[in-house]
Parts: sequence; C-alpha cells; structure tokens
Amino acid sequence: MTVRERLREKISAAFYRHGLLCASYPVPIILFTSASILACCYPLLRLPLPGTGPVEFTTRVRDYTVPSHEPQGDLGERPDWYRGPPVAYIQQVLVKAAVSPWDSTLVPVDVFRSPLGRVFSLLEEIRNHVHNDGSGVRSLEALCLQVTDLLPGLRRMQTVLPEHGCLLVSPGNYWQNQRELFDSDPDLLKTVHQHEPKGLHTSATLRDLLFGVPVKHTGVSLYSRKRVVTYTITMVLGSYDARFLSSLRARLRQLHPSVNCSLREDHMVHVHFKEEIGMAELIPLVTTYIILFAYIYFSTRKIDMVKSKWGLALAAVVTVLSSLLMSVGLCTLFGLTPTLNGGEIFPYLVVVIGLENVLVLTKSVVSTPVDLEVKLRIAQGLSNESWSIMKNMATELCIILIGYFTLVPAIQEFCLFAVVGLVSDFFLQMFFFTTVLSIDIRRMELADLNRRLPAEAGMPPPKPGPLRPREAPPPPRPSPYTITLQTPAFRNLRLPKRLRVVYFLARTRLAQRFIMVGTVIWIGILAYTDPAGLRTYLAAQVSEQSPLGEGGAGGLPPHLGVASVFPGPGGDPASTLSVLPAPAEPTPLPENQSQGHHGAPREGVPHQAQAPPLVPQISWGAEDEEGWRRLSFRHWPSLFSYYNITLAKRYISILPVIPVTLHLSPREAIETRHPQDTRHPPPPSLKTNDLPADLTLYKVAALGLAAGVLLVLLLFCLYRVLCPRNYGQNGVAHGRRRRGDLPCDDYGYSPPISEISPLLLRGHSMDIECLASDGMLLASCCLAGQIRVWDAQTGDCLTVIPKHGLRRSSSSGCWEQRDGGRVFDEDEGYPLRRRTTPRPALFEDQPDLTPLIDTNFDSQPPSHLLLTPPRDGFDFGGLVERAYLEHEPPSPGLTASYPSPSPPSGPPPQRRRSLGYIQPPVPQGQGTPDWESAVWAMELRGNLIAAGRSSGKLELWDAVEGSLRCSNEDGVSGITALAFLNNRIVAARLDGSLDFFTVDINKPLGLLQYRGDNIPPSPCYSSEDVISCQLTRSVQCAHQKPITVLNTHTHTYQVSQCGGQDGAICLWDVLTGSRVSHVYGHRGDVTSLVCTTSCVISSGLDDLICIWDRSTGIKLYSIQQEVGCGASLGVISESLLVTGGQGCVSFWDLNFGDLLQTVYLGQSSDGQGVRQLVVLNNAAIVCDFGSELSLVYVPSVLEKLD
Amino acid sequence: QSTVRSGSGQTNPSRGTYIAVITNRSTTLVIRGFMLFSIGVFLALVLNLLQVQRNVTLFPPDVISSIFSSAWWVPPCCGTASAIIGLLYPCIDCRLGEPHKFKREWSSVMRCVAVFVGINHASAKVDFANNVQLSLTLAALSIGLWWTFDRSRSGFGLGVVIALLATLSTQLLVYNGVFQYTSPDFLYIRSWLPCIFFAGVITMGNIGRQLALYECKLMSEKTHQD
Repeated sequence: MTVRERLREKISAAFYRHGLLCASYPVPIILFTSASILACCYPLLRLPLPGTGPVEFTTRVRDYTVPSHEPQGDLGERPDWYRGPPVAYIQQVLVKAAVSPWDSTLVPVDVFRSPLGRVFSLLEEIRNHVHNDGSGVRSLEALCLQVTDLLPGLRRMQTVLPEHGCLLVSPGNYWQNQRELFDSDPDLLKTVHQHEPKGLHTSATLRDLLFGVPVKHTGVSLYSRKRVVTYTITMVLGSYDARFLSSLRARLRQLHPSVNCSLREDHMVHVHFKEEIGMAELIPLVTTYIILFAYIYFSTRKIDMVKSKWGLALAAVVTVLSSLLMSVGLCTLFGLTPTLNGGEIFPYLVVVIGLENVLVLTKSVVSTPVDLEVKLRIAQGLSNESWSIMKNMATELCIILIGYFTLVPAIQEFCLFAVVGLVSDFFLQMFFFTTVLSIDIRRMELADLNRRLPAEAGMPPPKPGPLRPREAPPPPRPSPYTITLQTPAFRNLRLPKRLRVVYFLARTRLAQRFIMVGTVIWIGILAYTDPAGLRTYLAAQVSEQSPLGEGGAGGLPPHLGVASVFPGPGGDPASTLSVLPAPAEPTPLPENQSQGHHGAPREGVPHQAQAPPLVPQISWGAEDEEGWRRLSFRHWPSLFSYYNITLAKRYISILPVIPVTLHLSPREAIETRHPQDTRHPPPPSLKTNDLPADLTLYKVAALGLAAGVLLVLLLFCLYRVLCPRNYGQNGVAHGRRRRGDLPCDDYGYSPPISEISPLLLRGHSMDIECLASDGMLLASCCLAGQIRVWDAQTGDCLTVIPKHGLRRSSSSGCWEQRDGGRVFDEDEGYPLRRRTTPRPALFEDQPDLTPLIDTNFDSQPPSHLLLTPPRDGFDFGGLVERAYLEHEPPSPGLTASYPSPSPPSGPPPQRRRSLGYIQPPVPQGQGTPDWESAVWAMELRGNLIAAGRSSGKLELWDAVEGSLRCSNEDGVSGITALAFLNNRIVAARLDGSLDFFTVDINKPLGLLQYRGDNIPPSPCYSSEDVISCQLTRSVQCAHQKPITVLNTHTHTYQVSQCGGQDGAICLWDVLTGSRVSHVYGHRGDVTSLVCTTSCVISSGLDDLICIWDRSTGIKLYSIQQEVGCGASLGVISESLLVTGGQGCVSFWDLNFGDLLQTVYLGQSSDGQGVRQLVVLNNAAIVCDFGSELSLVYVPSVLEKLD
Repeated sequence: QSTVRSGSGQTNPSRGTYIAVITNRSTTLVIRGFMLFSIGVFLALVLNLLQVQRNVTLFPPDVISSIFSSAWWVPPCCGTASAIIGLLYPCIDCRLGEPHKFKREWSSVMRCVAVFVGINHASAKVDFANNVQLSLTLAALSIGLWWTFDRSRSGFGLGVVIALLATLSTQLLVYNGVFQYTSPDFLYIRSWLPCIFFAGVITMGNIGRQLALYECKLMSEKTHQD
C-alpha cells in the first residue's frame, strides 16, 4: 500500500515537473517533438507505397527456371514475391491481318470478316501442334491450364468462355470456335457487342479479354481507317515447356512469316498482383473507417472550455496519427516489415490507442483553477491525471502482451505495432499535446484579458471616489450593440420538420461536404486503383523520354527499376532462335502450309502495283512487343476470377508474344462474305471517321445539359416547397410577425435592425435610479431623490415629489452601499467582476452626481470636489450635505407647497387613524430620517408608490397627490429591492434578509380580498383611506449577500423571486414567506429578474441572461450579451423578451433564445445604455437613458399579442 | 443550503421526466427499437460480407448479390435480435436498480462497435492454426471487450445466456436443414459463433443503453422546456 502510494506520489511529482517544463518552453519542445516524429517516420520512405497496381519483374527466357519456394540467400534484385511457380504462363499469339490490296469493290465488313475468319484455322493449328522430342510428346492439352466451371454468376458468359478444358481465349470464342457459326453470322459486330456490359465500365470487358488488345486497336469496326485487324490468341499454360513453346513459335512463324517484325523475344515478364480491394472488401473497410471517424468525432466533441476547439481536436488526431506512423517507422527500422494490410488494421490501431488520454488531459487541465498561472495549471492538471494515465497505459500494455502470446502471427504483429504505437503515443501526448494545450490555454487567457480590459477601462476607478472629475468621462464604447449568441446545450426548436432539416443541411453544409468528400474519395480510389492505366501510361511516357529507355532499343520500359538489370540486350533474338530445335519437323499439316504459301505470293505482287494508301500497312512496332501493357491491369485478374482463381498476392508470367502476320487477298475476302454484309453502306469517306467520337461528345453534352436543366428545375421546385414565404418583405408587418417563428442568428441570418423615435419624457435632472409602473402610471425616481409620476399613455408628468430627493441625494447612503459592495466583491475574489455594477443607480452612476451639483448648487466649484482625497467618501458626503444645508430653507417650503396644489390638498391629520407607524406628524417626522437616506427601490401599484430607502424605511406614497401615506421603520438595513403585490409588499434588505409586509386599507369596501387575483390597474385607494403597513414576516439571511433584485409574479403561484449578489436566485412564496426553490446561475450579482408563467429570466453582472424553468429551477439556456448590457430586462409576452442595449432595445424569442430584432431609439439616446426597462401593459416599453425616459411603442409587439 | 438546492434540483426534473415518459413512452420506444433494428441489420450485412470474403467465393460476381448471399431472413433476424437486446439492457438495468454508470459516452460506444467489427475481422481474416486457438483468442477478445466497455454483471450474464441460446438455435436450424454453413469446415464456424454472439450482445447492449440515456436526457430537457 505504502509502496503504491509512494509510487503514486512520485509519478505525480514527475508529471508536475514535466508539465512545468512543457509550459515553460513550448516552442523548443514542439520543435523537438516534430524532429523526432520526422526522424521516426524516415524509414517509411523506404517502404513501397501500398497500392493495388501490379508489380513486374523481368527475366530472360533463355535460362528461365521455375523459381523455388525457398528464398535462396541473396538473389540480388529478385523481389520477394518471385518464389514458386506462377499461377499461369500467358502465351499470346498476336495476329495482325489485313486484306491487301484493298479493292474499291470491297465493303467495310470485309475489313475484318476474313481476317477474323482466319482465327479458326490458327486455333486449329495451335491446338494440334505437337512437339515431339526424346523425352516424349507434348501438346497444348498437356501444358495448358485446365479450368473448370465458370462462377455461378456468369451463366451468360458460358457460351463465350471456355469451360472444362484449356483456357484458350480468342475472338473465335464468340462463335464457339466454330467456323460454321462464324460464316453464318450475318452481323459480326452485333455478336461482339451483345456481350458488352451496358454503361460505364472500368475493368476489363469481355471484348478486351477475347481480343487481347484494347478495343481501339483491334480495328474491328466499320470505320477503321487503317484496315488492319489486330487480335490475339491467348493461351494460358499451367506449366512451362520451353521446347514446346519454341517449336510452336517457329511453326507459326514459318506459316505466317512477319517480314518486318523485329520483336524481341528474349524476356518474360512476371507480374505480381497485389491483393485487390473489391467492392465486397471495400464495404467493411469503409464501415470501419466510418466508425473510426464517428469515434474521433464523438471524442473530440468533448473537448471544451479551450480557446480553439478545432485546433486541439486536430492536435489530438495528429498525435494519434503520428504515433502510428512512428510505430510503423520504428518497426521498419528494426527490420520488421509490415505484412498486414495497413489500411485494414489502421482503424483498429487507432481505436486501441485511443484518444482518451488526450481528452482526460484536456479536461483535467481545464478544470484547474483559472486564476493560477498557465504553467501551474498545466502542471497541476498533468499531475492530477498522472496516476490514471499510467494505470491505463499499464493495463493496455498488459492486454497487448497477452495478445502477443496468442502466437497467431497476424495478431502478434498487430500487438507489436500496438505496443510501439502506445509508447510513441504516450511520448507524443506528454510532449506534443501538453505543449499545444499550454499554448492554447495561454491564448485563451490572453483573449479573456483582452475582452475584460475595455470593460475595466470604462468603469470608474474604485479608489478616487464618487466624484470622478468630469474630464474623464467613461470612454464611449464605439462598438455597436451586437449580441453574440451562445449556442445553448440544446435548443428545442419548434419549427416545421422540413425547415429543421433544411436548416440542419444549411448549417452544416452537409451536401457540400458530402459531395466534396465523395469526390475526394472517388478521385482517391481512381488514383489508387488506376483503372485507366494512367500509371502505366505515365511510366511509358517517362521511359520514352528517358535516354535509358531509348538506349534499350525502345523496349522494356524500366518498370520498378528491375528492368535495368538487363541493359541493352542487343542482338539476342538470334540466340533465341538458335536454341530452338529444327522447326516444323513433326507436324506436316499440308492444308495450312498450302494456305500460307498461297498467301505469300499474293502479298508480294500487289504491294508494288497498288497505290500506297490502298495497301494496309502491317507494321510491327515496340508497342506490340508487350501489347498486354495497354490493357487494363485488371485484365488478367478478371480473366482468372471468372474461374474463381485469384491472382491476389500471386504472380503470372507473361511470355513474349508470337507475332503472326496475315495478308488476305480481296478474292478471299469476297469469298468469305456473308450475303448480308453488303447491305452495310460503304463508309462515306473520311469525314465520317470522326463521327463516333463526335457523336458521343454530343450525346454527353446533351445529357449533361438535360441533367443540368432538370437539376435546376428540381432545385427550384424544392425551393418553392421549402420556402414558400417571401423572406425579403422586411417592412410588411405580416412578414415580420412570421419572422418571429424563425430562429435567425444561428443560421447566418442577421436579425433585422430598425429605428424608432421614442417619446421622450424629460424632467429629471439626474440619472434615473428607479422606475416603476403598473401599466397606467409610471413612476420614476432619479438620483436626486425626485419622484415623478407620469401618465404612461400620454407621457404627461402628473406629479412631482421632489423634496426628499433633494435631501437624500446626498450620497452618504450610497457610499455606504458602495463600500459594502466593494468589500463584498473583494471577498468573493472576483477582481474582474467589479467593472460592471448591477444597479447603475447604486454604484456606477455615483460619479454622475457631479453634474447635478454643478448645475444646481453652484456654490460647489468642481475644483473643490476634485481636491477631495479619494478615500474619505464620508467626508465628502458631509460636504455635499453642507451644500444642501445652504438650500435648506426652500426645501421645507417645497414640501409644504407641493401637497397643497394637489386636489385633496394635504390630507388632514386627524382623519388618519394611525395604526402604528404613521405619517400624520408627517413632514418633519419624515424629513429627519429621510435626510440621509436615498430611495433605493420603488414600486407602483394602483396609486400607491412604495419606496424603499437606504435607511431601511419603507414608505407608501400617493402617486396622484404626492403625499406620504404610510411608513414603516421596522428594519434598519437599507431596502435594496421591493416587490408590491396586491396588498403585500416584499422588501429585500441590504443584509440579505427579506421582509414581508401587509398593507391594510381601512376601508369598508374590503379591498383585502384582492389577493390571488390581479389588481385592477386603476387606482384603488382613495385618499380617504387609512393605510397601514405591517411587517408580517421576516426571513433573515435569505441570501448571504445583499439582495439586488426582487420580482413577483402572480399568474400561477404567488411567488416572488429575488436574486442576490451571491448570484443566487430564490423563489419565495409570498403568502407563506417560504422558499420554493433556489438556483445558482450567475458568476456575479444578479441584476435583473423578470418572469413569465413558465420561466424566470435573470441577468447578472456576467452579462449573461439566463432563462430558467420556473417549476423545476433548471436552466434552459443562456444568452451571452455584450459587456455591460445585461442589466435591463422586460417581458412583453409569454415568448418575447426585451433587453436594453447601447441606445437600443433588442427583442428575443424566449422559446428559442433567438434575437428577433434590434430597435435603435433615435439619435438622442445614442451611446447610452439602457439601465432600466419597464414594459407597460404589454404595449409599450419605457427605458431610461440617463436622465431621460423613453416611451417606445413597438408595433410588432402589438401584433404579437393578438 | 447546498443540500436543499440539490434536493430541489433533482426531485423536480425526475418528476417531470416521469410524466413525459408516461406520456410518450411508446413512441420513443418504437423509435429506439427501430434505430437498433437498423443498426443490427446494417452490421449483419457488413459482417456477413466479411465472412463471405473468406469462405464462399473469392470473386463474388456481383456485390449486391454477395451482400444478400445468405438467406434473406438472416439480417432481419439479426436486426430484431439486436433491437430486443438493445431494449432489454436498459430495462434490466432499470429493474435491477443499478443504473449503468460506466463510460456512458458516444465515443466509448463507437470504440466498442469498432472493436466488435475488429473481432469479426480477426475471425474472418486471420489464419489460425486450429480451431481451439481461434476459439480461445476470440473468447479472450470478447471478454476483453466486456471488461473494457461494460463491466456490469448483468451485462455479462445476459451476454452469455443470449450467446448460448443463439448458438443453440443456429445449431438447431442447421440440423433441421433450414440453414447451411457455407464453409465446409463445420467445426470452424462453431468455434467462433458463440464468441461473436457474445461480443455482439455486449455491443448492442452498449448502444441500447446509450440510446436510452440520450432519450432520458432529451426527455428531461423537453420537460424543462415545457
């Protein structure tokens, strides 16, 4: 146990040091890692590229012996596959035939009918050829490769391909090798064509197989220009007999001498075929790769909380891939050549090595404390996970070790690779990935800092005190109000299915990516399998151009470099001949002989007589020497595959061709004619020669055009179906309302921006601190303490309650609060949080007091204020107080005079039956305590204004008359938030407690019964009523920090919410005063709270708007706003949220969290942020900009309601 | 305070989830079953192709026909079986009252599927000296799969039982001549079949559990939204 723990400690310490190292020197370490990766991958260069193309090896015919199975020491250049006998030897007889001289009486069919007809006699000749020497009689039957059934799926080829016998293919197979069938065939071309597959084909077709030369070169066509027919008779031999073959060669040569033929006959080419990837193999392979990609996707998706997700994901994948490459490289270096199919085992290797460690590392590092230094974070994250990483690694190594002892070679090899891969992966994780991670984390912190800095600059420095000099106003943030939508973890979009599908497609660009990937894969497959023989073609090109190839007498392209073993074998043909036994001894065959003689003289005479273009030239060039090269490299595998013989990982030997030249007389051609042949129209001269090619071109073009038109039409229809609405109609109200259904931001549509000039309510001299409304009336209170009551419909100012404001605008209370707030902030350890303040009125706008003092109380010169040392805020409070004192005389007068003009004209004190703490002794009793306190919270219900003061006093004012109706001084701690609900008032205090008050109205009508229902918006308290306010219940320590917001909602439950500076949001039952639920969501203070029937919306200092489910208390989603914008919130309807910004308001769809519209509020409010926002009767929005109120009617909101 | 919070945070959603599950449980069940079914069919086809390569023909004349080279009812059977297994696993977890907590991530599930395909690949492509070796290797691999991705006793038990039952039923089918092994070597198939079945059961169970988990999450989110 102790050993284990000691080990654990040691490992942890080592990882810690290593993390420090990596984070300290990122660049050198990355360089070092890259260098080591490259060094380890270097041996890979020596490995042949994996490919399916065949590999060739050339030997001489003369001293050829079947290679033995055992590797015989060092055989020089001999490749390792060249062992044992080949699958088959291929002997081709290349026939070039022409009717010469060409007669104008001949029809086009004559070009190929009689030359093809000669194949039967040739076949007979070959079949019957017998070589007899001392050792015995050999015929083709004995030597050839005997084949059995064709594959079951190839029944249709049964008539054409040989079964149960020698594998001997020639064009004669089309007619079952029977001359009679050929002669009676009215249309040869049709017979040939009917076996062709329809459509595109990349591999060998039957025609290629039988003719043995590419279709183009056969000359079997009505439009052949050269009038030379070329075809081969292909013999597939099971065993090699040099003497038989050479006698056959000599015999054919004797029968059909090729005059100008100088083909080299001394080399045989062994072609080794790689394992072929067929469709059947490709499907599982593709499946494994898809699974692999899904694995990588799901793994890297978990990387979170980093600067660049993609970068880290890439780094993770690079880590795994390069560790695999390194493992292969290292294994090669130590002499282990991979025999496994790399492509097949690769996905499994990746899966075995896995991305888990990388993810665990990332997670661990990310979850370390943010305030640590990057170095330490990396080190700590590493050391936290060190033990589990080591444990996992040990387990995996053990498993692989067990796998090694299965003693199955393939599994052993896999395990070996896996072990080396695991070790190198560990190395890369430790060096490469950790370093990348450290860089990333550093970048993130830098970005974080940058994001925070402007915010900090915009905030008044906390030390200098509230009266910040005017010369340094907060720099206006020039950035327009933009909202960055944080994609929530899930978004339940209530969209039509089709739109969702289309949005998904559009968002992920799935179609494009799919097509792109498809194209890349297709091109890759094409390049890989090389069906068009591109590689061969290129090799041929290269060999033609290179001097080496020319030096080699034009033959033998240097494939694979093996060919260079035999440089320039000059005059060997003769030697080959000399080896041959005396030709034509055993087989008399007089018939053939005579024919051959017959042809020869004919050939000679007209050659000179006829005009040159009429004599088809039969020429033998270097390209004929290895005519099979021009075929698809699948030619042989597919031929063998028909008989279920695989050439994969095996080789065949191709013997030098036997050239046969046939010259036929026109007479013979006419004799062999079929009666129907003449019906073919004669070729309409040279012009038509290009016709077929052109025709296909036109066909392709027409098809392409048609397809394009069809596609366009289809897309158009699709568009009409999917997008029936006109998105362009911006101004039409109907269109905008529809827009509400569409989530905009997430899909690249920018939400519309419009401008409205609001109705401005002016009158306050200082910044507005509190705003309250009950729909009809609107009460506002500015920093100076002046309360104004407005008509919410017209914007007229109804009442002004000024005096308390003048008194109380002394900022002593605020100072206290401010200091408290700062202390709290520092306690919480969020130094950065301080820059934004939740209640601008309370904290941030403190400095704005200066303008007021300057303008209203001229006695205080600004310089005087400037000189005040920053630390003594209280002194300064006293200073201001003194300034107020000078104006004291007018203020009582004001108090006295104001109530009087109002109709009820100052309620007579005797009427009020005081029920406790009442006002009648009013003005003085009130004035004294109010002297020092500021209004921190205000609520308006009916015609009662509830005002909470910093002194802890709760006051009820008559909104119309402007008279104080009631006051309660139960608490000492300042009231930071108020909620007025029916006859209940909830007050939140600075000390975090929550007080529940009941308002009793002594009136016979018994308005008490209103609980549970909505209060009628009309004023319901007449001035005659005696109003009392009683503390019914108090909850101490509701929050641990001051409560900043309080809100009530009466729809379904009587619940009030409050959010505190501790970032908590509590739901309380108003009736009982008990807490219903409690959620934490914000990292700083909660600054604003609204609710609908289903959800609670809160915003906090962190500029995050959170939407919570009300009943369950679970966060649905959150919206990250711009810095400093999150304070004001309002709900217009169940699904429409309005937030304030810099000179604008934004509308959000609550269901989806999407920005619907941003409305700029005229010029006057530019650059000023909305601090408070109140929604009136769901029809208008009131927001404050400094000392002005803006009343905005939003037309779309009205629509939204119906 | 924190305990209160967590308590209130947990009871409410669970109630909501319960209600939602009651309301449209059947539809989600059907969707899940269908997904599992299609996964099963797909895997059956692909893995069949792997085996086809080894044993039946080296050059299948036609890809399509080789995909469906086995009897037509085999893939649907596999699909049905995988649907049943995939639904059974979370259900049993639920009944036993021990929710499966081990590695509940899609990446892990993908890894599991990849290893399963790899086991099939090994059984199809790797040449073993004899059948005993093949059986032992595959058994070790299958149990390794279970240990790596499942580690639940219920999973192991169910896997073994289903693998045995499936092997038995295939044997019965073969004896009755409904179905024939394509390979001439009869023992060869019998040696790998149980292991493959076991690994398949574990894999499908893993997928099924993950789907169920996802559904639960979705459900709770939906209730929150409502």
